[in-house]
Amino acid sequence: MGEAIVVTSGKGGVGKTTTSANVGTVLALQGKKVCLVDTDIGLRNLDVVMGLENRIIYDLVDVASGRCRLNQALVKDKRFDSLSMLPAAQTTDKNAVAPDEMKEIIDELKSDYDYVIIDCPAGIERGFQNAVAGADHAIVVTTPEISSVRDADRVIGLLEQQEHITPPRLVINRIRHNMVREGGMLEVDEIMNILAIDLLGIIVDDDVVISSSNKGEPAALNPSSKAAQAYRNIGRRILGETVPLMAVNEKVTFLQRVKSLLGMR
Amino acid sequence: MTSRQPLVMMKGRKDGLVLVMNETCSYDALLQELKEKLSVNHQLYKEGPAIPVKIQTGNRYVSRLQRTELMDIIRSYDHLEVDGIESNVMTREEFEAEKSRERLVSFTRIVRSGQVLSVEGDLFLIGDVNPGGVVSATGSIYILGALRGIAAAGEPGNEQNRVIAASIMKPTQLKIGRLMSRTEEEPLDEMKNDHVMECAYADLVLGKIVIDRLNAVMKKNLPTGRSRTQPEA
Ligand SMILES: Nc1ncnc2c1ncn2[C@@H]1O[C@H](COP(=O)(O)OP(=O)(O)O)[C@@H](O)[C@H]1O
Ligand SMILES: [Mg+2]
Repeated sequence: MGEAIVVTSGKGGVGKTTTSANVGTVLALQGKKVCLVDTDIGLRNLDVVMGLENRIIYDLVDVASGRCRLNQALVKDKRFDSLSMLPAAQTTDKNAVAPDEMKEIIDELKSDYDYVIIDCPAGIERGFQNAVAGADHAIVVTTPEISSVRDADRVIGLLEQQEHITPPRLVINRIRHNMVREGGMLEVDEIMNILAIDLLGIIVDDDVVISSSNKGEPAALNPSSKAAQAYRNIGRRILGETVPLMAVNEKVTFLQRVKSLLGMR
Repeated sequence: MTSRQPLVMMKGRKDGLVLVMNETCSYDALLQELKEKLSVNHQLYKEGPAIPVKIQTGNRYVSRLQRTELMDIIRSYDHLEVDGIESNVMTREEFEAEKSRERLVSFTRIVRSGQVLSVEGDLFLIGDVNPGGVVSATGSIYILGALRGIAAAGEPGNEQNRVIAASIMKPTQLKIGRLMSRTEEEPLDEMKNDHVMECAYADLVLGKIVIDRLNAVMKKNLPTGRSRTQPEA
């Protein structure tokens, strides 16, 4: 029996789909059998980020309404045999699926896969209820912006009320160290102060993430990018390893380097 | 039966009438005599400003229905108005309601955005109130943690002795009774950790909420020691 992890945030555009795709990819890289589920009905794009759009025949709504079997709707990844995706429907709206139908589908997937990664739509209404219905764990994604942190806080409050879900863990996405240093962005500590949940990982803002998404190749597959390393670390933490956070201030100024050479702080 | 004590004694005071009622006779007899007394004396309050009437029922329990009945009788005279009904007796229910307002209720949790935590009595919270979260209490609010959301203490009219204290005081809004205050600081600043151990109270002379360091507030002798019952262990 596998585990289902919902990736959620409240706010849109903070990186739920990107995180789902990359976390799924790194878990597959680690040899796990993984199924990605897009629950953003009406606004699907996990398939695009995974580069699997043209392989879709059936979707989540088809499965829920009994038009096809679950297996028929699953799309196999081009790179990994152990990675599949259940796409969302593009044409219908969120009410086409009910939470208990969703839970049934996730439960069925859990019997076949080690990890089921559920990409949640923005908001806290029906789409959110659907996405969390079958989840055992939750990853909350936030960017270092106040509005995003507020929404993450709201969502954490809702997740904490779901008895079937373990305490949510946090991914801070799109951090820009120069902006943080200049005070224009929240610091990791400040975010952690407010949200007070376990930190699963920090992903820097990285152009490679955008270009990879556009190519349908999750950034995690490109080991030269810094984001890829962070995604791999998240994968290892999900598998239960203790991995230290990457040094946050990796770009040390010249002056700081001189000072540290001289033994000053 | 001529020399018996009257069942309703009327006492004229400077600030109105006081009706002292017998505690042991039947309620019906009491009503009967009240009506008689009022109509016999009705010449006394036929004109002029309305006279406040206080009813004292002593150790007799008067139900809510009976209270309205008594008030209706008084109000049937144009120049009489009800100032209150005083009784030494209350039901268990009324007592419980009263008692719950005196309680200290404690919680250990984070009040997150969109969540509301409200209690009857004083609130003792171990944990933070995040931006977008709301705590409220009919009494005072004590927070062992950061207050970054909204806190509302007391009720209109009982602003005195009500405080809102927090380890870190960065509220978006404070209410004490009918007084309200807002912080107009930069949003980015709300996550910072200065403003440690501060306490807000209603300054009724200034007519506004004042926030000060706890030691300064204590020098002003606020709040005055209210006795309160501890929640059962
Ligand atoms: N770490 C990152 N660095 C740069 N761009 C990112 C990063 N994470 C996400 N993005 C970009 O942000 C946009 C929104 O991301 P997406 O995953 O679709 O958000 P959501 O699913 O929460 O709506 C996309 O264009 C994506 O490529
Ligand atoms: Mg998305």
